[in-house]
Amino acid sequence: MADYIGLRKLKVDQKAVIRSVRAQGDLGRRIREMGLIPGTEIAVTGRAPLRDPVALRLNGFTLTLRNNEADHISVEVLDND
Amino acid sequence: MTSPVTIALTGNPNSGKTTSFNALTGSRQHVGNYPGVTVDCKEGFFKLAERNIRVVDLPGTYSLTAYTAEEIAARDFLLGQRPDAVVDVLDANTLERSLYLAVQLLEMGAPLVLGLNMMDEVRKKDMQINSALLSELIGCPVIETVARTGEGRDAMVRAALAVADSVDEWKPLRISYSADMDEALLEMEELINNAHFLTDRYPARWLALKYLEGDEQIRVEGRKAGDLSASLEAIAERVENHCRKTLNTDPEAVIADYRYGFIASLMKRGVVRRGTSRTRIEISDKIDRVVTSALFGPALMLLVLYGMFQVTFTVGDIPMGWVESMFGWLSDTAGALLPDGLLKSLIVSGMIDGVGGVLGFVPLIVIMFLMLAFLEDLGYMARMAYMLDRVFKAFGLHGCSVMPFIISGGIPGGCAVPGVMAARTLRSPKERLATILTAPFMVCGAKVPVFILLVAAFFPQSAGNAMFWITLVGWAMALVVAKGLRMTLLKGEPTPFLMELPPYRMPTLRGVLLHTWERAWQYIKKAGTVILAISILFWAAMTFPQLPAETLERFDAQRAAIEAQMEQADELARPALEASLTAVDNNQAEAALQNSVAGRVGMALEKVTSAAGFDWRVNIALIGGIAAKEVIVTTLGTAYSLGDVDPEDAAPLSQRLASDPDFSTATAVSLIIFILLYAPCFVTVVAMAKEASWGWAGFAVVFNTALAFGLATVSYQIVSGLG
Repeated sequence: MADYIGLRKLKVDQKAVIRSVRAQGDLGRRIREMGLIPGTEIAVTGRAPLRDPVALRLNGFTLTLRNNEADHISVEVLDND
Repeated sequence: MTSPVTIALTGNPNSGKTTSFNALTGSRQHVGNYPGVTVDCKEGFFKLAERNIRVVDLPGTYSLTAYTAEEIAARDFLLGQRPDAVVDVLDANTLERSLYLAVQLLEMGAPLVLGLNMMDEVRKKDMQINSALLSELIGCPVIETVARTGEGRDAMVRAALAVADSVDEWKPLRISYSADMDEALLEMEELINNAHFLTDRYPARWLALKYLEGDEQIRVEGRKAGDLSASLEAIAERVENHCRKTLNTDPEAVIADYRYGFIASLMKRGVVRRGTSRTRIEISDKIDRVVTSALFGPALMLLVLYGMFQVTFTVGDIPMGWVESMFGWLSDTAGALLPDGLLKSLIVSGMIDGVGGVLGFVPLIVIMFLMLAFLEDLGYMARMAYMLDRVFKAFGLHGCSVMPFIISGGIPGGCAVPGVMAARTLRSPKERLATILTAPFMVCGAKVPVFILLVAAFFPQSAGNAMFWITLVGWAMALVVAKGLRMTLLKGEPTPFLMELPPYRMPTLRGVLLHTWERAWQYIKKAGTVILAISILFWAAMTFPQLPAETLERFDAQRAAIEAQMEQADELARPALEASLTAVDNNQAEAALQNSVAGRVGMALEKVTSAAGFDWRVNIALIGGIAAKEVIVTTLGTAYSLGDVDPEDAAPLSQRLASDPDFSTATAVSLIIFILLYAPCFVTVVAMAKEASWGWAGFAVVFNTALAFGLATVSYQIVSGLG
């Protein structure tokens, strides 16, 4: 089994695939409706000046979320090609 | 004439839905809301192929769950009104995510047309979308469009008309959600159909699905509708327990996964082929690397805000002068035409001056909103929310609170009325309420002339700096009070900051103008209605009861004496005599004001307000300021027996205050603090009541005034102690 890490630990420009989303309730719903579901490829495109929130790119758009929200998401880092 | 065909427009935020709406309806639309805050549904009418068509622009949503005001509004409209056709405008660049909403619409059974918008961008980056295949797979017409140029507009409407004509009953799409879930759905569907449980409103399968998703709005409605609700909830609970045990998740997540699974299966059939060339989103990412970077980001943000401040006041000053001269002319003309007396006083002082004072700010507001609409359409406002979220979160707010704060006067010159309404973008009721309650602390356009007046009188060397510091104090107080509210009355978890950063797009002139107009119109309406009523009311309070006859006779006698002197006086002595004639008039005005209801209230309050250094004249002005802050300067003018004072050129009043022995630097500081923080103007209170409740609006009046008085008193005591 590959190593999964928390989304918070991803560095800027690193690419990864979402492996699990543990959030429930309102946050879980919101995460899913924005398309953050297992199997989705993401890349960290930047962090706000105070390191939080973080900006991600997925499926052709840019999404922001806070670090503590990213903690609900585990990802598998892809080799940068 | 038959009733028009109703087409509902839905879609994700930033999908070009509103642009499509504007392109369809032209100018024939009712605009009752604000950009980015489309909670009200806009509607417009147009004709195509001899058909009268009504288009309703639903609020932008990512989903049709019932967790935000936008989603509830959209859902209620679709199910309650059953439009003849639903057009889902989606950004073709983000097809997979956009289809999530489309699938939910199909599950509802809506007669759907997909408008694949922004096809020009898709073509440019050699991404290919096989829309014919998509249409075949998903079972509804798919039209390629470019809303900004109008491409595909007619085809979209024709498709919608065809759908409207051919569909006479809503047929929900049935997706499989795993064996367990499907079984429960069938069971519930049968129960619902047999009992005709809410079937006049909702499709049976859709209703069952909502029970499984744990939709609170539907459950509450179901409980009212009958006993069957309990059985449905029991089934939903059984499924939920099963999900937890076997999959360690909730049914809602499973349903969402299967919806995305359905979309993924469409994509696998070859709907989309992606190229490798640079996309707009990549260009946006590159821009963001600089624009939101740790060092340059905040610096640029400050520069933008400072630039807006400068432009608002330097450019805005010119048309502001025109509006003021127009009202001055109106006031003079009415004054010359009407005979002296109460009617003249009512029309000139009560109506023209009152409304003119408010309308005088329209140019400032238009210019500021023009820049805001530009930044918003460009995509920069979302970046500001992104950069500031960390700070705002520390104070119990949300990055999206930036917008309401700035509109309210975070850059001096704003207005709390549209500011309070802009708080609609916030999802959590508590963060929203905290934003609504604190936005009026900002330096709105109406407070500006009062501050300029006081600063010019007491800190003449540092007028610009003082304004800057006042603005900062406004921000600081808003944040601190918000924090206080979030720790006490509005306790609760922060809401997620899951937000799309839309790609940078050059705004269209038409869009920016429309957005600006919508906001400015709100302000103009304020002047035309509420302010007119209130200025008449305050005019009455400041006019009645009138001076007793013997006092009037005394003033008349003084005037007669001066006039008698003037007849004999030579040219050199005349100006002095004329001045003393004016002085008598002004003294009379002051005496009349002191004698009026407002004057009596002002004097009665003096016992309390002297702690903050306010005498009766200031009290009257501040009472007037509850109606509208711009009243403060004019009322002070009358109270200091200066006759009519032009708020924009208050130099005489400024000098008068500076030389008044009762009016010290301490008074000025305390007054500035009080005006910055006390009760919002009446129109803002009404807006707050509409956005929150009358209870919270009342709370704002009492709480803000108490806070303002407390801080004003403390600062007065400290500064006068130092002096």
